[in-house]
Amino acid sequence: MAEVTIEQLADDMFELVSKAAGQKKLKAGDLTKAMKEKYGDVPRADTKAAIKSLIDSGRCVYGYFGGSSIELPRVEGSANQ
Amino acid sequence: MADDLKTPLLDELEKGPWPSFVTDIKTLADKSEMAKDLLRQLEKSYEDKRGYWKHGGLVGVMGYGGGVIGRYSALPEEFPGVSHFHTVRVNQPSGWFYTSDALREIIDIWDEHGSGLYNMHGSTGDMVLLGTRTEELEPTFRALTEKGWDLGGSGSDLRTPSNCVGPARCENACFDTMEMAYKITHRYQDELHRPMFNYKYKIKMSGCPNDCTAAIARSDMALIGIWKDDIKVDQAEFAKYLDDGFNVQEFVVDKCPTGCIAVEGKQINIDNSNCVKCMHCINRMPHALSVGDEKGFAINLGAKAPIVEGALFASVIVPFMSIEDYKDEDSYEEFHDLLERIWEFWDEHGTSRERIGEFIERVSLATFLEGIGVEPSPKQVKAPRDNPYIFYEEYYAEEGEG
Repeated sequence: MAEVTIEQLADDMFELVSKAAGQKKLKAGDLTKAMKEKYGDVPRADTKAAIKSLIDSGRCVYGYFGGSSIELPRVEGSANQ
Repeated sequence: MADDLKTPLLDELEKGPWPSFVTDIKTLADKSEMAKDLLRQLEKSYEDKRGYWKHGGLVGVMGYGGGVIGRYSALPEEFPGVSHFHTVRVNQPSGWFYTSDALREIIDIWDEHGSGLYNMHGSTGDMVLLGTRTEELEPTFRALTEKGWDLGGSGSDLRTPSNCVGPARCENACFDTMEMAYKITHRYQDELHRPMFNYKYKIKMSGCPNDCTAAIARSDMALIGIWKDDIKVDQAEFAKYLDDGFNVQEFVVDKCPTGCIAVEGKQINIDNSNCVKCMHCINRMPHALSVGDEKGFAINLGAKAPIVEGALFASVIVPFMSIEDYKDEDSYEEFHDLLERIWEFWDEHGTSRERIGEFIERVSLATFLEGIGVEPSPKQVKAPRDNPYIFYEEYYAEEGEG
């Protein structure tokens, strides 16, 4: 497995969420699987910590439309109109 | 009630002998624009035969992905009072035990920040605070946490674990549902508040096979109390039932699903090797019969309501597990280890919005058991004496020979 920091994982995940914005709602599992594909067997605790940092820093937010997703912050309610 | 509120269709729901949610909401309509517009919008839904709610979105409190369910009116200009009408789920105490002071705390908070309407309780088990605006979510959360409350689960996360009253006031409890729900809730705070699964995951605990939380039908993981040894019998108390004229033959013996009870004179005899722990005899004669001493719980997986796919009942995966000391976190190692293996396998191979029961059906029980490292057993059944998943090779050999 390639050495990767939680900050790097968070940055990579943020890039994925940004690219998918408006096209696909990514779930935590999608981000975790993408990191495993990129870096090999990344510990689950690290991907969890990376997602946590994305949310706690405000770079991403949780959304819900039938299932929970991780998204860029948007104007409230706009996606539901 | 507010003079300008005309709801002839809803008024029909106040007729009859049963409690009416319309009456309850009307009691608030004089002092709450939210309650008033809620009734108006509902009346319009009845007139037009369609709903006017928009569900979901990005509302929540900082750091949490669960606990708030976004809801907006589709007609905000017509019904501004419910333009935002978000639901807040509050993690209930184990067994739904409250003091009146605790309830007053919640009421004061919700009177200040929300509509003043509640659903006690939602089907997951949480207290459900109905109706608030987005700008009130953080202040509500702050007020709740200052008093020691927390939000419950929603979305693709671990839903708020719930349990029956268990040993707090039930002699049938085969495990400490109260303590176990508390321990699970505290250990899995991340899984509860930060949605990370394919879909929701509900854990419910019932202390005995009476299953007062209906875990077997309503939870992805149902922990149901069970015992391994014999039903305990007090023959003197049994004789009293006969002396009091209780028709044991009709109401107990004939109702036993496996016919394992016999009465001779004033003695009851139970063939425990054939008992399927249905609880009927114990429920009918609680003074004479009681659960055994070797107690624990069965772990059942896969129940769900008919959302996305059809409804499923849970199946036994682990027929018996016991915890040495429910107050000791270290005693839960075997349970936590299994739960985390289940989550990991489901997470890795499940699809979006696929519940664990649907996942097991798709990949097969054999694959699932191998994936989570549990040995197949003939005790892994959907119901006692029914639908065994496991067939012995000898059976096929005999069939082939025939």
